[in-house]
Amino acid sequence: MRPSATTTGRVPAGRARPRRTARLEPLLWLGPALLLIGGIVLWPVVEMVLTSLREISRTGVPRGWAGADNFSALLDHPELVPVIGRTIVWVAGIVAVTVALSLGLAQLLHARFPGRRLVRWALIVPWAASLVMTAIVWRWMLSYFYGITNRVLTDLGVIDSPRDWLGDPTIALLWMMWVGVFVSLPFTTYVLLAGLQTVPDEVHEAARVDGASRWRTYWSVVFPLLKPALLVATVINVINVFNSFPIIWAMTRGGPGNATDTTTTFMYKLAFVDQSVGQSAAMAVVNFLMVVVMVLLYLRAVRWKEIG
Amino acid sequence: MTVPAAMMRKVLLTACAWLVALVVLAPYVQMLLTALKPHEELFASPPGYLPESWQFGNFLEVWRVAPIWEYLRNTVLIAGLSTVLAVAVALPAAYYTARRRFRGRRMFLLLVLVTQMFAPTALVIGIHREMLALGLIDTYAALILVNAAFNLAFSTWILHAYFSSIPVELEEAAWLDGCGTLQALLRVTLPLAVPGVVTAVIFTFITAWNEFVVALTLTSTPETQPLTVGITAFIGQYEVQWQYLFAASLIAIVPVVALFAYIERFLVSGLTAGSVK
Repeated sequence: MRPSATTTGRVPAGRARPRRTARLEPLLWLGPALLLIGGIVLWPVVEMVLTSLREISRTGVPRGWAGADNFSALLDHPELVPVIGRTIVWVAGIVAVTVALSLGLAQLLHARFPGRRLVRWALIVPWAASLVMTAIVWRWMLSYFYGITNRVLTDLGVIDSPRDWLGDPTIALLWMMWVGVFVSLPFTTYVLLAGLQTVPDEVHEAARVDGASRWRTYWSVVFPLLKPALLVATVINVINVFNSFPIIWAMTRGGPGNATDTTTTFMYKLAFVDQSVGQSAAMAVVNFLMVVVMVLLYLRAVRWKEIG
Repeated sequence: MTVPAAMMRKVLLTACAWLVALVVLAPYVQMLLTALKPHEELFASPPGYLPESWQFGNFLEVWRVAPIWEYLRNTVLIAGLSTVLAVAVALPAAYYTARRRFRGRRMFLLLVLVTQMFAPTALVIGIHREMLALGLIDTYAALILVNAAFNLAFSTWILHAYFSSIPVELEEAAWLDGCGTLQALLRVTLPLAVPGVVTAVIFTFITAWNEFVVALTLTSTPETQPLTVGITAFIGQYEVQWQYLFAASLIAIVPVVALFAYIERFLVSGLTAGSVK
């Protein structure tokens, strides 16, 4: 631990306490936080692992240890491989498109133009609004007979006749991925905007003096400076998108069948639709391990060793 | 660059930005227009862009056709109490880790950073098992505890950053004037950290207000269901009452968007754990 000049705790003279109380003092300040994290965040992890190793009846009563039975049943599930493949496409697709669009958007909103404040506020709406409600309105807009999307696209001549967008699994997945991009754009753009604000004006001037074009300045000077922000935004997005349950739940319920499920909705359906709690817990453990890997990547991205 | 080219650029840029705003707002405008349509117009194919007869009454009717008051009361109580709990627990932890060096400090900060990345979605099976064991299914307590616990990390980080940025000398001066540690904290440091507290409060409140997965899993009656889950009752097996569904949605969305706009500029630093400065 490196002591830093500004925040070193200096206990004023004459206030030294007996050693025992001094050692317990941190617990007094951090205790409630530790209790809450331990009881509500860590306990469910333990509970989940234990459940995955138990045989649980359909009514939820434990019947003894199952060893690796739940995991082997999960591995034998015919939908497992397609679901995992779809999850990878889901996360990679949404995050890649979000980051690419956000780079442009951040640049756009960083520039000065009339009404910039209003446009930035508009961008907040999908971030602040409930994810389920946003997903439900997209489902309504994509409705086969009554949706506005079909009306707009036929009026523009893009399509000849209405399409059943959410009826076909592949097209439904693409639309849901668009909704995923739609709700991830605000956060990502804001992080990149914050990153752009750290680029000093002199950098642009120096590049201009050297005769670099705007494009060249961006790629050789600005983009490298944005990298830390980009990395953090990407990893946070990966975790968020991986956990994104409401979009799929509200728009297709993962259906028809399991055709649009990702690991999160699949896990949920195993537990609360199929009532196979043990298998679902096994899926949850697998999910959790993937999240742990992503968190480790995040810690590297924020360079944990240098903060604190 | 010549002047007309610069002008063109500016016009193009402005047009692009306004187009983005339009695309971003379109679904919510559609929400509003649908909420203002009478029942028959919702099932016109192809649909009209604007309502032919504007039913502003839908926004009053919605309170009668579904227990919106109850849902809203639940949402306000759950979001409010989880915010109070999260911030009350985060404040001492953030202050202490910002001011003192002690064994386990880094461990604690690491724990906070890691839990910030855990969404309740990934743990929902475990949370359900735990609440079942504790007999807390279908109670406010369960939702308040979960929302508070999963938002604790954000509050702790942002408050930690705020406390760290306030010079310790200000507190030392208060000590010399005869204040105790706690008194110096309450009278000197806390007032300076108000922007941080406001950000933590609003952000936690909005996250809890919008929470869906845990509420879907742990509640089953209108006595405890928040609005996010309650509105899904408008989606029946054969028919969806879209106009009421979206009227209720807008009632839930408008206040939080206003709050969000208010803390906009503080958000990024908090969400990225201080790594993007």
